[in-house]
Amino acid sequence: MAIIQVKDLHISFKKEKKKIFERQQYIEVLKGISFSIAENEILGLVGESGCGKTTLAKAILGLIQVETGAVIHRSKYPQMIFQDPTGSLNPSKTVSFILQEPLKNCTNMRAAERLEKVKWMLGEVGLSKEYLQRYPGELSGGQKQRVSIAQSLMLGSKFLVADEPVSSLDVTIQAQVLNLIKDLQKRHSLSILFISHDLRVVYQLCERVMIMKDGLIVESGTRNEIYKNPQNDYTKKLLKSAGLRD
Amino acid sequence: MKKTEKHNYNLILGIVLTAIVLIPAVIGIFYTPYDTESMNLALKMASPSFSHPMGCDNYGRDIFSRIMKGSSITFLIGVGTVFWGSLIGTLVGAFTAYYGGVVDEILMRVNDVIFSFPSLLLALVFVAILGPGTYQVLFALAIAFIPSYARVVRGEFLRQKSMDYVQLARLAGAKDLRIMFVHILPNIRKVLISSILIGFNNAVLAEAGLSFLGIGVSPPKASLGSMLSDAQTYLFSKPELALFPGLTIIIMVLGISLISKEVA
Amino acid sequence: MKRILRVENLSIEFHDHALAEKVVTDLNLDIFEGEIVGLVGESGSGKSLTAMAAAGLLSRHDIKKSGIIDFDGTDMLSAERAELRKVQGNKLSVIFQEPMTSLNPLKKIGWQVEESMKIHMPEMTASERKNRALEVLLQVELKEPERVYNSYPHQLSGGMRQRVMIAAAMAITPKLLIADEPTTALDVTVQMEIIELLKDIRKTYGTSILFISHDLSLVSILCDRVAVMKNGVIVESGNVREIFDFPKHEYTKKLIASIPVVEL
Repeated sequence: MAIIQVKDLHISFKKEKKKIFERQQYIEVLKGISFSIAENEILGLVGESGCGKTTLAKAILGLIQVETGAVIHRSKYPQMIFQDPTGSLNPSKTVSFILQEPLKNCTNMRAAERLEKVKWMLGEVGLSKEYLQRYPGELSGGQKQRVSIAQSLMLGSKFLVADEPVSSLDVTIQAQVLNLIKDLQKRHSLSILFISHDLRVVYQLCERVMIMKDGLIVESGTRNEIYKNPQNDYTKKLLKSAGLRD
Repeated sequence: MKKTEKHNYNLILGIVLTAIVLIPAVIGIFYTPYDTESMNLALKMASPSFSHPMGCDNYGRDIFSRIMKGSSITFLIGVGTVFWGSLIGTLVGAFTAYYGGVVDEILMRVNDVIFSFPSLLLALVFVAILGPGTYQVLFALAIAFIPSYARVVRGEFLRQKSMDYVQLARLAGAKDLRIMFVHILPNIRKVLISSILIGFNNAVLAEAGLSFLGIGVSPPKASLGSMLSDAQTYLFSKPELALFPGLTIIIMVLGISLISKEVA
Repeated sequence: MKRILRVENLSIEFHDHALAEKVVTDLNLDIFEGEIVGLVGESGSGKSLTAMAAAGLLSRHDIKKSGIIDFDGTDMLSAERAELRKVQGNKLSVIFQEPMTSLNPLKKIGWQVEESMKIHMPEMTASERKNRALEVLLQVELKEPERVYNSYPHQLSGGMRQRVMIAAAMAITPKLLIADEPTTALDVTVQMEIIELLKDIRKTYGTSILFISHDLSLVSILCDRVAVMKNGVIVESGNVREIFDFPKHEYTKKLIASIPVVEL
């Protein structure tokens, strides 16, 4: 059973008007996207900047208005992990506050219960209790990303969108965080839409992969199909640039 | 250049100056050594002495006491102005930035209209309608303060709105009001405090101006501006009448300016 | 083979907080004519600072530098501004990570490419300069050099802008090109094109390149030799193939291990 289904998604943005009385023009960013993700599956979405992957991520989670098409969730509280750990954590709040926020808003848990769950979740992402009172500004990139991941799991969501979650991290930290994601996915039976421009990283994590260009999915298939036997020219070009194809 | 271990001289100076003026002002709300309104012709134009450290004015009233009372009234007007102005300004700025759209357009144009009036002129209009007096001045200055403050809040909110942590708050189930005031507002604290301090200064100067023109606090009540106004006639015969209130205003404004510079 | 850059015992210390912070310690590096040397490290390793010091661009008052950086006879650490200016843009060029901020948004591309020629080769006529500019724009594989010559930075894509940067850097055929993470901000497909371009430049002009990056796999494709930096020191250096196939230092091994393995 699919944990999420996306059917023919179209999204356009308003173009900046050059003159006041010109007719409003639109630029189509998503030109008809359809896919589904099964339970326990990690689907990779590969694309370069401007292809619309972040717009797709936000649209799936209801952070952007959808004009045509449908997004059907079977999971409650789908969550997102953002690329830049610095912007995704509120600099004026402690880690404890950030992690309790989903619980405060969506559950009836009392303060003591919330705190227990938060402490447990910190352990799940490999951080000790002393991080509770720290502010994001006191954390390293890798630590911030762990907190982001912890926040996304607080409500027991079964579906996550990870938008370039390791791209802003140092290379040695990337490996650690990727392993964490892999580990958590297994332990919590998560489905993940893993967005990245890095084909090597996607290879590590994803069983199925979609290639996106200019608002469309140009190719999709299993990992082996895409990496060993790409059909689309753009896919071939991407593989070549990653040094995975001659 | 960070001053992590060196002492922050500007801040210390600012606090000292502000305290010099503020402490007597706060005390003056409740108590002054002498009555500030009743006349005592025997002491008319008395020179500074031990019992009257700043001397007495043309009605025999102790200048120091009048300074205390005057500063307290000026201070209260300043505080009242920024309190009401920032309260309403924050609401306007936050809502227009967060929701945008038609409401934003309309409110911002209204904002611009009010903003384009010099606060003195605006105050004149209100006083003409409502009559002179302390509360009328406060009301007028608060209204004059709202637009610039709302603009600042709106700008900062817009900047924060696009940050990922706001999206995350939404995904965490937080409702709009909570996002605006629990999540975003604390992040713009510094700018707000800066604006409030500057607003306080402007209110103090505006009040002085209004009272100087005779449309603010009315005699026999004392305010720093009205004392300056009364002192005009005696500028050369008894300059202390103008000097003391003038100096008080300068020190208050300077102190607050120094503090706001370091807070920014 | 002639050595064109000699870095000896370079140390860089920051003095902007109360405590001095040593960010580069006793660094030694040589670059010979016609070779491409990679400087690899994560954020905070000091690689960018080392490159900037070599380029004579570290002139903040709160940074203390010690050691020797001998570039073709000039000591880049202690030379006067006038001496540095003779070398920069002439025998030594730099390209940065963000082409958008490196290019002047208000000037046409042609003007910017010709800038170094105007300064260092005043004997060239305007048409000679334009010809050279078009020539070099063509060499960086910009298909329509005339059109690009007359465009503004915002009209070009990120990859094109970086090519323009390289063109501007190569206009006077420097002996050394310092490239500070030139591909980091670019799309993957464009990255490879720029790497190929840099290879061609070395072949055509014999220019040496100091290539700074955090990406070990890119370095292994482009560079002859590589130095691995961590916390301000070089932990290992040598021939690229040796380092890659037989890493000795723990950190080097860690870096290599963190490149995700794809076994097809």
